Amino acid sequence: MLELIVMSTLNGVLYGMLLFLMASGLTVIFSMLGVLNFAHASFYMLGAFFGFQISRWFGFWPALVIAPLLAGAIGAAVERYGLRRVHKNGHVAELLFTFGLAFAIEEVVQIIWGKSPVDFRIPPVLDFPAFTIFSTNYPAYKMFMLLVSIVIFAALLITLKKTRIGLIVQAALTHPHMVGHLGHNVGRIFMLVFGVGTALAAVAGVIAGPALVTQANMAGLLGPILFVVVVVGGLGSLPGAFVASLLIGLVQTFAVSMNGSLSGAFGPLSPDYAATWLADIWNVTIAQIAPIMPYVLLVLILIFRPMGLLGTRET
Amino acid sequence: MTETTSSVAPPAPAAAEKLKFYGLWIGAAVVLLLLPKLFSSGGSLTTFSLIGISIIFSLSYNILLGQTGMLSFGHAVYYGLGGFLVIHAINIIGANKLPIPLPLVPLIGGLTGLFFAMLLGWVSTQRSGTAFAMISLGVAELVASSALILRTFFGGEAGISANRTKVFRLFEWSFGPQIQIYYLVAGWTLLAVIAMYALTRTPLGRMCNAVRDNPERVQFVGYDPHVVRYIAFCFAGFFAGIAGALAAINFEIANSAYLGAVQSGSVLFATYIGGVGFFIGPIVGAIFVTFLSLGLSDLTQVWQLYFGLIFIAVVVFAPGGITGLLMMHRPLLKAGTFGRVLPSYLIAFVPTLAMLIGLILATEIIVFHAVHSGDDSNIKAFGVPFDAANRYLWAMSAILLIGGYFVARRTWTMVGHAWDEATSGAREKGAVA
Amino acid sequence: MSTAIELRGVEKNFGITSVIRNVSLTVAQGERHALIGPNGAGKSTLFNLISGYMVPSTGSILLRDEVVSGLPPYQINRRGLSRSFQVTNVFANMSVWENLRCAVLWAAGYRYTFWKNIDNLPEVRERTARILSDINLTARRDVPAGLLTYAEQRALEIGITVAGGANVILLDEPTAGMSHAETERAVELIRRLTEGCTLLIVEHDMSVVFGLADRISVLVYGQIIASGTPEEIRGNPKVREAYLGEEAA
Repeated sequence: MLELIVMSTLNGVLYGMLLFLMASGLTVIFSMLGVLNFAHASFYMLGAFFGFQISRWFGFWPALVIAPLLAGAIGAAVERYGLRRVHKNGHVAELLFTFGLAFAIEEVVQIIWGKSPVDFRIPPVLDFPAFTIFSTNYPAYKMFMLLVSIVIFAALLITLKKTRIGLIVQAALTHPHMVGHLGHNVGRIFMLVFGVGTALAAVAGVIAGPALVTQANMAGLLGPILFVVVVVGGLGSLPGAFVASLLIGLVQTFAVSMNGSLSGAFGPLSPDYAATWLADIWNVTIAQIAPIMPYVLLVLILIFRPMGLLGTRET
Repeated sequence: MTETTSSVAPPAPAAAEKLKFYGLWIGAAVVLLLLPKLFSSGGSLTTFSLIGISIIFSLSYNILLGQTGMLSFGHAVYYGLGGFLVIHAINIIGANKLPIPLPLVPLIGGLTGLFFAMLLGWVSTQRSGTAFAMISLGVAELVASSALILRTFFGGEAGISANRTKVFRLFEWSFGPQIQIYYLVAGWTLLAVIAMYALTRTPLGRMCNAVRDNPERVQFVGYDPHVVRYIAFCFAGFFAGIAGALAAINFEIANSAYLGAVQSGSVLFATYIGGVGFFIGPIVGAIFVTFLSLGLSDLTQVWQLYFGLIFIAVVVFAPGGITGLLMMHRPLLKAGTFGRVLPSYLIAFVPTLAMLIGLILATEIIVFHAVHSGDDSNIKAFGVPFDAANRYLWAMSAILLIGGYFVARRTWTMVGHAWDEATSGAREKGAVA
Repeated sequence: MSTAIELRGVEKNFGITSVIRNVSLTVAQGERHALIGPNGAGKSTLFNLISGYMVPSTGSILLRDEVVSGLPPYQINRRGLSRSFQVTNVFANMSVWENLRCAVLWAAGYRYTFWKNIDNLPEVRERTARILSDINLTARRDVPAGLLTYAEQRALEIGITVAGGANVILLDEPTAGMSHAETERAVELIRRLTEGCTLLIVEHDMSVVFGLADRISVLVYGQIIASGTPEEIRGNPKVREAYLGEEAA
């Protein structure tokens, strides 16, 4: 039991940090540009596939640097030549534009790399057990992933607190209407923020790619969870996104490792009807409902705290 | 009626206009009746049925997006649940020999959609804008994932099926042949379109528009925008349920794809491409997108990519959709100044077409080399055979694409000038406000 | 005379800043009451509190002896209070006619009706037409509100505010940004449309205030420093010092 708790906590925090790598960019972009980037998870996917391709050509370490830069450049171009044009047509058009973009990126990835998973391997240097707890080996690569996300988290924090751009971003988070009065270089700041945000998502993609499955549907699988994170945390709240990322990371990881079900809990006491038309609900294990846990959480939050955990804003 | 009212209020429609209005509906009914006489093949009947279903679904979606300003990424939930319930209903009706004829069964789907919209809508519609969009997505994922867990009801990956001919028969209609299904779909389409049109002309319909334009101000004229959004959401769920029911009857199967993200996305595509600003927009979109997806999939392997690019192009260049583009020209046509833009259109058409051909050619060549690099390089796309390994063709596509882009950009500036001129011409004649 | 609006010890704080400090105010039924004060005094905040857009931190607000503070704006509107906005706040994509009609619907009892054709409601049509001709926008009936000129939008703003037939009307700087001639027309319009209503108006133009109001309250730094008839206010040394000083000079 203790083993389960320790392992699940480790994995949950790791998953949560990965989610936050993406959710932080999404949140900052939303606060500054007012648009929720539907294609954010697509940049995560692009990161994974670029990482895969580049590590084939030059190895994993160059890929870890080049793939996010590439994805970030694409992100910046999307902002400069796409979003900025659509901006005048309102937020719905912006959201739809990123939605169409997500669709197109998935198609392109499918065309180039196919529908089945690609063979994106953990670099050999990191392919060893880091430590053993309760007779289970914990892979070094996972520790590396945790390390990378923590380093980026720290870097982000320092950037926000210490640099000029960071101060502007902070101002935008608390007073979104002020962004319009930033002056002549507002366009460049937007482009930069969008580029950095998408690059962060791509970093998550590169490091998650070898550990998880690198496949053309990975954006579609992760995207909705990402949006749950930002809504649960409170749209536009960076601390909220952090809390919600960890919360959802932990909830999902713990749920996956549990095997309990109603029939298991009640055993022979099960009422007769449980065997017939309620059989599905009665026999489903907690592990099986793990995928829907974030959405259940979303609905609960909406009922009891419509603004999100730490959110203050109406829209 | 007082004197001011008669002089100030919009005049009541003249008899001729009323006749035109009702004539339009009767005309639509006649067309629907006669269509199978003109195109009687099984394939075209199936296409028409799909279009009818898509029209109801898209119009129901536009109650949300176009009328009330709610962007939903999960509208297929109500479509899919309607479909599933109807398959179960058909099986139950058949097994118990209940006296419910098939033409009434779509109503069950509608009520299912309504029920779930009432259940899930109150939470979803608390907020509008981006939050609503994300919530609709989350709720949709919740339902779609739950459907895979509740296997008894939803039948897992395979879905559940039914035999529609086993239902109680009225006038010996078996609903086996596609032609009978076509008439069933056509009848329900006409009913649903009329009902949804009527809805836009009620006090609720107008308040939906007000909520779309300015939810804040709505509160200060006595309305709770949440309630307005909620009722609109329920109506949208009801009609989506009818569409889902018809789809289930048409295919005699319902599976998890019915309520999935792809289905939600395609109704959004159809509605938006058609145009959300006019009632007729989603109808145009449903017809266009159905033909497009059927047609493109025959012409090229990567039709979904083109589909996505078309959607992006509409969002960027024509936010009013096809209908919006056409309707823009109405004042010019009325004032007779359309002739001033027409030549610039024709000029712009040439380089734009060249650019598109270049783009398609480049895409197809890249796709060929990315996917089948080892195969025979003589390929065919859009019915045109060409050699993807031919370097001249590569150069040509690049020239067409890049050259076309630069020339097209200049010609579209010309169109802009011609447009301004034509509009000011129309304004002088009083056709534009 | 019974009271229309009453504020009892109302305060509003944003974080540690208090914008409204212990304001008590009574507006009698049928009275035209003007609220004046320098920029940033909290006049718009006070309007937001009375109309339900914001909830007071402490104190209570009564509309005809019923506590309304804490109710959402639509509940307060249904109880017969309507307000306009300082920054024009109309339904931009809808025609002038539709704008006014939406403002009439609830009061006419149609609420969330979805089983009646909106064009077949004679009383709604009549009332909308009357307001339309009252605000002199008959010629612009079918124009989308977003395309109106500034003065026309301000007139529509007032039209929407009074269309529901509320008898307590709050107008937030109705003549802001208007030329002299436009202001005169607007005052005439307000006088005509709010006949028999209780009126609370925020205004910067002193000629409008003194021409229109029965009573005036002066708000400075979130506090009411004086309240009285125009003559009393004109003669009040505190007011002259705090506010009228520069204009009286």
